[in-house]
Amino acid sequence: MTSAALALGDDALILSHRLGEWAGHAPALEEEVALANIALDLLGQARVLLSMVGDEDELAFLREERAFRNLQLVEQPNGDFAHTIARQLYFSGFQELLYERLAAGDGPFRPLAGKAVKEVAYHRDHAEHWTLRLGDGTAESHARMQRGLAELWRFTGEMFQPVEGLDLDWAGLESVWLERVTEVVERATLTLPEGPRTGAWTAGAGRQGLHTEPFGRMLAEMQHLYRSHPGATW
Amino acid sequence: MVTTLTPLEERLLELAGRVPDPELPVLSLAELGVVRGVHEYAPGRVEVELTPTYTGCPAIEVMSADIERALREEGGAAAVRVRVVLEPAWTTNDITAEGRRKLREFGIAPPRTVRTEGPVPLVLGPTRTADAEPVRCPHCGSADTTLLSRFSATACKALRRCESCREPFDHFKELT
Repeated sequence: MTSAALALGDDALILSHRLGEWAGHAPALEEEVALANIALDLLGQARVLLSMVGDEDELAFLREERAFRNLQLVEQPNGDFAHTIARQLYFSGFQELLYERLAAGDGPFRPLAGKAVKEVAYHRDHAEHWTLRLGDGTAESHARMQRGLAELWRFTGEMFQPVEGLDLDWAGLESVWLERVTEVVERATLTLPEGPRTGAWTAGAGRQGLHTEPFGRMLAEMQHLYRSHPGATW
Repeated sequence: MVTTLTPLEERLLELAGRVPDPELPVLSLAELGVVRGVHEYAPGRVEVELTPTYTGCPAIEVMSADIERALREEGGAAAVRVRVVLEPAWTTNDITAEGRRKLREFGIAPPRTVRTEGPVPLVLGPTRTADAEPVRCPHCGSADTTLLSRFSATACKALRRCESCREPFDHFKELT
């Protein structure tokens, strides 16, 4: 259970932090609020999941990069708004399917998954809405959305690498995910990216503690305050 | 499992339910439907089961502290601990009729009661409410309202505008 809780908890924590980076930078006030709300939902999920493993603060702020088990997808820098929406589309679709299955089972993740799946369905709805709006928008928004989808495509295969402790039909999960993403992308007048969804150097690597170069810098910022003032409280 | 409450449990459950919601103080925790139970695990010592509206709701910590204080100071409990439970997940159908009335009075459109059996469709598309039961403006009662933003000041609300009186208002989103 520990490694699965870390994997799912780290996905939620790291994506929450990335989305939080939009505070003060989003293209419109409504999106500022939306991304912060999504980040808060994910942070709440991360707290429950990491608390199943140990002390949530120590896990979040005192682990080294190699000890994190999140997907490489969620640690990718925000890029422009379309890039963030592409990451949301890929990840929230996956997370919703995963939580649906965990909520239907009787394992240790059922309570959290049953609650969080409703939140994540709303995140996915938000990402789909924006994918349609940007894809079927101006030439500029279309090009940016297409670029975001393409740049993150190679990180999507890793989502379906089996996680130790989660007895799921990963291939089945992947085919439903692919079907749904294809449907939205085409409805948005965009093209599903081509090319491999994993590289030999990246396959399943986040789950093994191997991360991409921007992750170290993100962690430095995320952990700086806690490490500089150990034991400080509000 | 149906169990009979001890007189202390009954009294403390009522007290815990009367604690105001820290974010929407017009609403009590009982009206919000988040207090699940009180158990006296040792004489005078109780555990309160509390469920969050959203997993990341930051109000849960203030609610816990307020419940602990109320049960100790007003209820005479020797020790109070709050346990956060996630299952079964809270839904907006847990908000009482009185709670809905108070929300509306406060200027927040209450969540519509949604059937819980069967699949709940999530519909993308037009922002006007085209479904059977529209979200009504809490100020003038008009059914002609438009979604401005799917998210508002807190995770549990969306921002809408009334097309009749032109006032923007928060809508407590349905979560079922």
